[in-house]
Amino acid sequence: MLRLSGAHAGTIQAGTVAGAAAVALLLAGCGGGSGSGDSGSDGSDPAASGTVTLVTHDSWALDEKLVEGFEEESGLTVEVSAAGDAGTLVNQLVLTKDSPLGDAVFGIDNTFASRALEAGVVEEYTPADLPEGAEQLGGALTPIDQGDVCVNADEAWFEKSDLDVPRTLEDLADPEYQDLLVVSNPATSSPGLAFLLATVGAFGENGFEDYWASLADNGVKVADSWEDAYYVDFSGAGEGGERPLVLSYATSPAFTVTEDGTGTTTSALLETCFRQVEYAGVLAGSDNPEGAQALVDFLLSADVQAALPESMYMYPADSSVELPKDWQKFAPQAEAPFEVEPAEVSEHRDEWIERWTETVVG
Amino acid sequence: MDRDRRRLSRASLRPAPLLWGTAVAVPLGFLGVFFAWPVAALVVRGFVPDGALDLTGFTDVLSSPRTWRLVGLTLTQAVLGTAFSVLLGLPLAYLLYRRSFPGRGLVRGLVTVPFVLPAVVVGVAFRTLFAPGGTLGFLGLEESLAGIVVALVFFNVSVVVRTVGGLWERLDPRTEQAAASLGAGPARVFRTVTLPSLAPAVASAAAVVFLFCATAFGVVLVLGGVRYGTIETEIWTRTTQFLDLRSASVLSIMQLVVISGALAVSARARRRREAALHLVSARGSARRLSWRSPQDVTVALVGAAIVVGLMVLPMAGLVTRSLREPDGSWGLGNYAALGTTGERNALVVTVWEAAATSLRIALAATVISLVVGGLVALVVSRRPRSAGARRAVSTLDGLFMLPLGVSAVTVGFGFLITMDQPVLGVDLRTSGLLVPVAQAVVAIPLVVRTVLPVLRAIDPRLREVAAVLGSGPGRVLRTVDLPIALRSVGLATGFAFAVSLGEFGATSFLARPDGATLPVVIYRLIGRPGAENYGMALAASVVLAVLTATVMMVAERLRDERAGGEF
Amino acid sequence: MAGLEIRDATVRYGVPTGSARSGRSAGVTAVDRVSLTVAPGEVVALLGPSGCGKSSLLRAVAGLEPLAGGSIGYDGEELAGVPVHKRRFGLMFQEGQLFPHRDVRRNVGYGLETQELSRAERDTRVSALLDLVGLAGYERRSVLTLSGGEQQRVALARALAPRPRLLLLDEPLSALDRQLRERLAGEVRAALVETGTTAMFVTHDHTEASAVADRVGVMDRGRLLQVAAPDELRTAPASDRVTEFLGLRGSQSGV
Repeated sequence: MLRLSGAHAGTIQAGTVAGAAAVALLLAGCGGGSGSGDSGSDGSDPAASGTVTLVTHDSWALDEKLVEGFEEESGLTVEVSAAGDAGTLVNQLVLTKDSPLGDAVFGIDNTFASRALEAGVVEEYTPADLPEGAEQLGGALTPIDQGDVCVNADEAWFEKSDLDVPRTLEDLADPEYQDLLVVSNPATSSPGLAFLLATVGAFGENGFEDYWASLADNGVKVADSWEDAYYVDFSGAGEGGERPLVLSYATSPAFTVTEDGTGTTTSALLETCFRQVEYAGVLAGSDNPEGAQALVDFLLSADVQAALPESMYMYPADSSVELPKDWQKFAPQAEAPFEVEPAEVSEHRDEWIERWTETVVG
Repeated sequence: MDRDRRRLSRASLRPAPLLWGTAVAVPLGFLGVFFAWPVAALVVRGFVPDGALDLTGFTDVLSSPRTWRLVGLTLTQAVLGTAFSVLLGLPLAYLLYRRSFPGRGLVRGLVTVPFVLPAVVVGVAFRTLFAPGGTLGFLGLEESLAGIVVALVFFNVSVVVRTVGGLWERLDPRTEQAAASLGAGPARVFRTVTLPSLAPAVASAAAVVFLFCATAFGVVLVLGGVRYGTIETEIWTRTTQFLDLRSASVLSIMQLVVISGALAVSARARRRREAALHLVSARGSARRLSWRSPQDVTVALVGAAIVVGLMVLPMAGLVTRSLREPDGSWGLGNYAALGTTGERNALVVTVWEAAATSLRIALAATVISLVVGGLVALVVSRRPRSAGARRAVSTLDGLFMLPLGVSAVTVGFGFLITMDQPVLGVDLRTSGLLVPVAQAVVAIPLVVRTVLPVLRAIDPRLREVAAVLGSGPGRVLRTVDLPIALRSVGLATGFAFAVSLGEFGATSFLARPDGATLPVVIYRLIGRPGAENYGMALAASVVLAVLTATVMMVAERLRDERAGGEF
Repeated sequence: MAGLEIRDATVRYGVPTGSARSGRSAGVTAVDRVSLTVAPGEVVALLGPSGCGKSSLLRAVAGLEPLAGGSIGYDGEELAGVPVHKRRFGLMFQEGQLFPHRDVRRNVGYGLETQELSRAERDTRVSALLDLVGLAGYERRSVLTLSGGEQQRVALARALAPRPRLLLLDEPLSALDRQLRERLAGEVRAALVETGTTAMFVTHDHTEASAVADRVGVMDRGRLLQVAAPDELRTAPASDRVTEFLGLRGSQSGV
């Protein structure tokens, strides 16, 4: 109730609140997930009772036990709210800037980071022990994990076809590899966008269209989502697909390890990668900024960093953390992924996607 | 006589202002707060970005050839999807509601399953069929309009079967028999007697199917590839990926125009055909399927072909794949894994927990949509004396169909800016409490469309007789409308439950990770690499399908027992 | 003044009531300043071709149509403000009026359910009425299994069950075949007399009107042409139109 007397109390439409309250009461017993309404039922201020809401994307899957440990240690209660994919997450935060969805955010990636910074949805905060090599953005976004989006190859297929596995972006446009590649749409899928950025990084803002034209001539197939490309079209997923090259992640080969654990049937082409970095931050206008800061620190803690590969399929931002054995063996990171400045991405993303659409879709 | 008849049917009972006032106010308030307001708020945000009105979005969007291509594609796929759903739905409705045979209940349940499968699963199932190496690869349906239409029909044919079947089984067969005795052949009887009587239900079902087809999202995205898009997919992209609310608002308005146009056409078709029908017991009207009647054999064969070709084939693919272990052998491993959170903890909750959440939320959504939708159907079923009130009633009817025609993204994003004040200390946007509400908004039109034709077909003389016999408006409702509508209320319950179980769009925005529903976890599982996760996603889809079929069959059974003694 | 008293009753269709919208349709006058009285215990038939306004007048008496002019009273009480269900009248249509979801017993008992009767009392009354209409033992039958004649008997029993002050019958026999119609007309008359019920009976069949009613009113195009006992109508018709409806072609009629 105390939150009603906050900064926005003056703008409340009484009727709406009454109506919504009635519905909330009606549903309280049967509606949401566990713990919903906790903060309201005891009638106390959420900030005072130490509730901190983490807004994240729908790939959030951190082990409950880790979160519980954090809650015990800090005395905070963590509520997690998932907003959709990474792009949806940032756009929702921008839209609700004046009345934030929570206190902290995790999952803003480097392709959307500038939009979030420009809109001012995150507050400046730098954790005390920022790991080595972890570079903050705008003093507000702290890197938590990263992953490489790369073309993957079905090793067995190439062996059977007596063809060398391609290595570079240029190779993919080689007629030798005609009709073998499937990627995903940059307008609707986040790896698709990352791969478009890889080509921008590789061929420049003026050269990427020519490259894509040559890919199109070489029979590239575009699916609308990663799952569609990987499970339906990619031969290496074992679901009857026909294309041995697919846009996926550098970590994907760790999921196709053979029964005996000695090898993997797919591999990532590490010279075709774009690095996605996921950031966390404190939301501007948070009711519990201290709690949010503690949460960001928690995400950088050694325990969480070590758990990231298993739960989120990402490499930890803290390079000193040891990786799982099969990752070390089958999912190495790219040494020199292609890069595009976040500010550049923010400024040109829509235009690049439109140019890409014109070139590839027509 | 005709004129007399029309007058009679138009007459209504003296209104009880408080009763009808409440019956109108509750649904309007609900729709206003949880649909109209969020949508309007988001659209306004698009036109008033910085405090100043900016309508340049119109010129930009309307002058783009891409926009008109999307409008064309939207209309084409929706019209084709609707036409084929009706065309294939009618013989099935006849077979499943006018003829009886062993296993009919099971087939009825089976036919409903596609309707609630998450689009992403159906999309992948169909793509697997259509892909060059797939079972139906030779048809060349990959990334084609035909492929999209097939999937749309797969989804929506059950709406036609259920809605039309519900009325068909209660049409007095004596009218048809009379026509036949006058020398009309089966085709002529169907054309001149049956079809006109069914018209309200057909128009009703067609309107719903059109809205579903016109706003289809997942199927178009997965099966259409990058070349096919609709207004809906464009709104999604513009809103979630580009935050280009300026264009999204214009597209939302265009979508509303298309939808309202379609609704107006269907309402007109429905009104022209509106007549009080003589309804009888469903038990008396269904005849046993006879293998000696050429008509029956034809219908049975056509029906079997539709069920097998359109439904069993894609679903069988799903089921068989769900039974394959990661190493290629057969087994129940994927089902055993449903008690876990997936390979490398892809999920926050186990699939069984998600199933329990789904059921709990669906229950709440069903109650809300039955109350609100029932009230709407009740109000709309009346034909008030004054022309103004009649217009108001038909407007109300149309209004409650709109949620089917507006993007879930627009509603979801709208919630974010309108529900931005905590209620009793709970932020509705992140609490998960809005999930059943959002699902109910989508289920209400189906409840209305299912109950309304039956309420409307109640002979107004029954209410008049009841009133003259001393029943006030409340008792007329309780003793005449309610018991007769009960059969369709059972059906509506099943539908609402099924829609709620399968809803993904709005749920994915509003559900918390620990309150994820089945479609949400299926989507997450399929979004992760790993044969085990993929297998689990398919197993979970099968669970969802079985759950839905069971719910529909139970709803139907309950309904028969309740009404059976008296009908 | 006891019984039903209709004064200058006018019924119009197509005029929006309660809405200021005007000039869009002038409306059709279905009943045009009709005055008629029905004394307690009397049965009056309204006779006329379809569309003459007789059903509209009956519906106005029941309260199902509002009056555009004039007044209707019963036992000296003005009925304008009395809703349909408080008028304590009975109503019977041509067909399609039995509740399909109730069996015979619960159809007949429908009007008794709002009265303070014990279940046993109600059942006794239902049985007595079924006996009266010649359907003894039909209590548990589904109304859907009944023949047309049986359905109308059930409807009559149902209408009589709550002892209405006035029974309104709208072409109750018209859907039946001629033989049955003639026999039932006599039975209806007997039932009405036996129960001492005041009734208004709408029909387009003059023999039926004569068989059932004490007095017959002839209507044409919304106007009441003449009200008289059947014999008197026959011997002294007020106009050619009356003669025509009675089926006695007037020698001088040119129509």
